[in-house]
Amino acid sequence: TKLPTCGNNMAFTLYSLIQAAILCINAVAVLHEERFLSKIGWGVDQSVGGFGDEPGVKVQLMNLIRSVRTVMRVPLIAVNSVCIVLLLLFG
Amino acid sequence: MDYTASPGGFRQRKLQPNMRLRNSSMDGSDGSQLFDDTSGAVARNQPGGSQAAGFSGQSLLSDPMSNLAMAYGSSLASQGREMVDKNLDRFIPISKLKYYFAVDTVYVGKKLGLLVFPYMHENWEVSYQQDSPVAPRFDVNAPDLYIPTMGFITYVLVAGLALGTQNRFSPELLGVQASSALVWLIMEVLAVLLSLYLVTVNTDLTTIDLLAFSGYKYVGMIVGVVAGLLFGRSAYYLSLIWCCAAIFVFMIRTLRLKLLSEAAAEGRLVRGTRNQLRMYLTMSIAAAQPIFMYWLTYHLIR
Repeated sequence: TKLPTCGNNMAFTLYSLIQAAILCINAVAVLHEERFLSKIGWGVDQSVGGFGDEPGVKVQLMNLIRSVRTVMRVPLIAVNSVCIVLLLLFG
Repeated sequence: MDYTASPGGFRQRKLQPNMRLRNSSMDGSDGSQLFDDTSGAVARNQPGGSQAAGFSGQSLLSDPMSNLAMAYGSSLASQGREMVDKNLDRFIPISKLKYYFAVDTVYVGKKLGLLVFPYMHENWEVSYQQDSPVAPRFDVNAPDLYIPTMGFITYVLVAGLALGTQNRFSPELLGVQASSALVWLIMEVLAVLLSLYLVTVNTDLTTIDLLAFSGYKYVGMIVGVVAGLLFGRSAYYLSLIWCCAAIFVFMIRTLRLKLLSEAAAEGRLVRGTRNQLRMYLTMSIAAAQPIFMYWLTYHLIR
């Protein structure tokens, strides 16, 4: 759907934000545990750092990736199917 | 106001969910009361019945069947409303939102002055009352949602005005501007949330607090655009630079107390990568505000 332009501002809509969010979550969900994340040192078994109150940015990021992959696997199936059907029907 | 102290230093605000039942125990001098109770009579469903009687004569009210039907209908309506309230409160915390709108004119005036000129203000701490923050009308440092909401709506209207003076206006553009600005706001709040999670800052900033802080920049944007409309491009740039600096100082002084540890917030130099990270985080949140202010307004002034 074409929107009237208003200068250089990208015409963002909430729908494009949802699309971008779905794409990002898909990208995170596609990262494979053994083939990729362990090879670059971001695997689950490598996130046990030292004790104390300093998890560090990298450990937090790895935890975030792992939790996104665990939580969003099943809902993503549904959301992606809905998206595909909508795009096929309405372009 | 109920309050619960939970472990981990997080402060939760629990308010009485039904504010309308305060007629029985009114305490006007109580500092914890959010809103002034200005309701007169309690029952408000009289006008509907009298109008219906006026339309169809006396026979409507005297008919017992329609009486019964009206009573049943009103009880059904109140039941439905209770159910909606209960379910809605599960998704959108209405009672928490009420805290952010408990403002009055004096607070709004002081806060607007603070947003444009934060250099003289000394005490930036939010005062607490029995472990829960005081309502905004009693403390000028507390974040509120009234100014950001009004600022956002005014920004959309002023943007439409500015586009109209350049003969580029059409009614859809209002919607486009509104959704654009809303999307940028949501992205900014999500980015700040993500970075707060990654840096593991133990803070009591809620999502709505972050939304309020991100919405304060609309005030500066409106001032800039209005100055540009009235006095030309140079006035736009001057007022925008002034407002950007003001918002930068405001955000740093407010976030410093919430994000940094006690020692660092008082200005002493504290070593350690964690404090450095937190300092960078504060700086970047504050620096993102002028960038957004410029990005969202430069196309309005040509």
